[in-house]
Amino acid sequence: MASLTANGHIEPSGPRPKRIGPGRYGVYAFLIISALFFLIPLYVMIVTSLKPMDEIRLGNLFALPGSPSFDAWVKAWSQACTGLNCNGIHVGMLNSIKILVPSVLLSIAVGSVTGYALSFWRPKGANILFAVLLLGAFIPYQVFLYPLVRILSMVSLYNSIPGVVFVHTIFGLPLMTLLFRNFYAGIPIDLFKAARVDGGGFWAIFIRLMLPLSTPIIVVAAILQITGIWNDFLFGLIFAGRENFPMTVQLNNVVNSSFGEKEYNVNMAATILTALVPLFVYFVSGRWFVRGIASGAVKG
Amino acid sequence: MKPRFLRFWMAQVALLPAWLIVIFAYIGTIIWTIQISFTSSKVFPVSNYVGFSQYTRLFGSERWIISVQNLAIFGLIFIVGCLILGFLLAVFLDQRIRAESVFRTIFLYPYALSFIVTGLVWQWTLNPTLGVQQTVRNWGWESFTFDWLSRGDRAIYVIALAGMWQASGLVMAILLAGLRGVDGELWKAAKVDGIPTWRVYVHIVIPILTPMFVTATVLLATAVVKVYDLVVALTNGGPGISTEVPAKFVIEYLFQRQNLGLATAASTVMMITVLCVLAPWLYVQYFRKPRSAH
Repeated sequence: MASLTANGHIEPSGPRPKRIGPGRYGVYAFLIISALFFLIPLYVMIVTSLKPMDEIRLGNLFALPGSPSFDAWVKAWSQACTGLNCNGIHVGMLNSIKILVPSVLLSIAVGSVTGYALSFWRPKGANILFAVLLLGAFIPYQVFLYPLVRILSMVSLYNSIPGVVFVHTIFGLPLMTLLFRNFYAGIPIDLFKAARVDGGGFWAIFIRLMLPLSTPIIVVAAILQITGIWNDFLFGLIFAGRENFPMTVQLNNVVNSSFGEKEYNVNMAATILTALVPLFVYFVSGRWFVRGIASGAVKG
Repeated sequence: MKPRFLRFWMAQVALLPAWLIVIFAYIGTIIWTIQISFTSSKVFPVSNYVGFSQYTRLFGSERWIISVQNLAIFGLIFIVGCLILGFLLAVFLDQRIRAESVFRTIFLYPYALSFIVTGLVWQWTLNPTLGVQQTVRNWGWESFTFDWLSRGDRAIYVIALAGMWQASGLVMAILLAGLRGVDGELWKAAKVDGIPTWRVYVHIVIPILTPMFVTATVLLATAVVKVYDLVVALTNGGPGISTEVPAKFVIEYLFQRQNLGLATAASTVMMITVLCVLAPWLYVQYFRKPRSAH
């Protein structure tokens, strides 16, 4: 990369000049060793899931499987025991999807409207609302749990999927509001004023002007919520009820409460299956994922 | 243009769900929790007020003290470890290396995983009977020992290691964005003056990155207080109660041990601690700056 300056000199740009020498090897050595540290658990997961138990008992964690087979995957999917029944991890996956889809849609809907109202309209009390919302994002969930259980039982939503969806929406609201508020803060206020002059009302401006502009932030919000809600354990455990346990809870039950000999290959296959959705989102979304982390955190 | 009150009216209606959530699900539940913590409630909430005796019992409970100590050990290692590793990864990635995006993808992918997945993978990798320890012994190093997961005095460090594995990429991503924002002129000037690279990093770049370090620390600290699933999946609090943490303490006393008073006292302590740490940061971050600063 080089850029031409005004007086005709070609100057390098970028963080710093390129050096070639032993330092470069050090840089790559560090990066490769770090990469191994991050990859080894993934590698162990995959090879273990492809080995039969006889091979696993030999205690060669890193060895490639002698004759790879997907038997453990099939068993994890359809026969693994989760405490009470042995229908495999696919039950949890279906539950997770049933929880995920409405939770993501609802939390983005509420978050975007709230962020929009807070950013452009700022009615009375908006600052207080925002402050409490922000605090809510950091307060340990343990403080809210018991009263929420009671409230949800009163309206017969405890131990049900709508109940978990509700809880995810409640606790997704701070981050979603923050995302959309910050995004709308970057949109020129004059655009909003012009729309007001043209007679746009609250909803008309939101739906016809702001939403079409919001695609990038909706993508970011969806990535954050999909990975966050799919990976949730606590809310699923407490609010979903035994019949509706999401995949993470079922996975933990499969691995940590099985009687008899532990089937490590089945456990690891189930673990990979549980990780597939967020990993897929991560690899497909790439830079958007990073942007989500950064926009939720860095800007105020 | 609609009259002014109507405009505010509609905005207030739109904010109604958020207000309801804040008032009932946040503030209301917090008050309720605090109220229970001053009663002698066991299985069901009762209104027999006992003052601070639940708090006295809490801090007299060995399980709680161990939980708090573990949180401190875990928090310190996890935060410092993630910051150092994340910073090093970001700096090394910023050296115009080949395949940067491949490395970045590898360093960040664990952050996309559930703590349950992370916990279970590390539990399997480091289990003393068939994991790394046995594997290295099979390679010929017969006396190799790494049984921290089954040792009460060491298992918490394994949890911190697993946490670092998951979250260092987050710090890397935040700091790398910061490094990319450092003015290229700075490096030229440093080179002209003959200042060694490491000194530029220590004395100039790290101070420039301070806001990113603060943000990363806040995010990590939030994760520390909430740590629950990682412990459940990796050790389930064991061996014995050696890796218990406050979040797990609360859940267990709420839903398994049926001691509402003690559990709510514990969660109130957790909340107050977090608020004390956070309040100054939130104020500076979000309310000191006017809107135009965005």
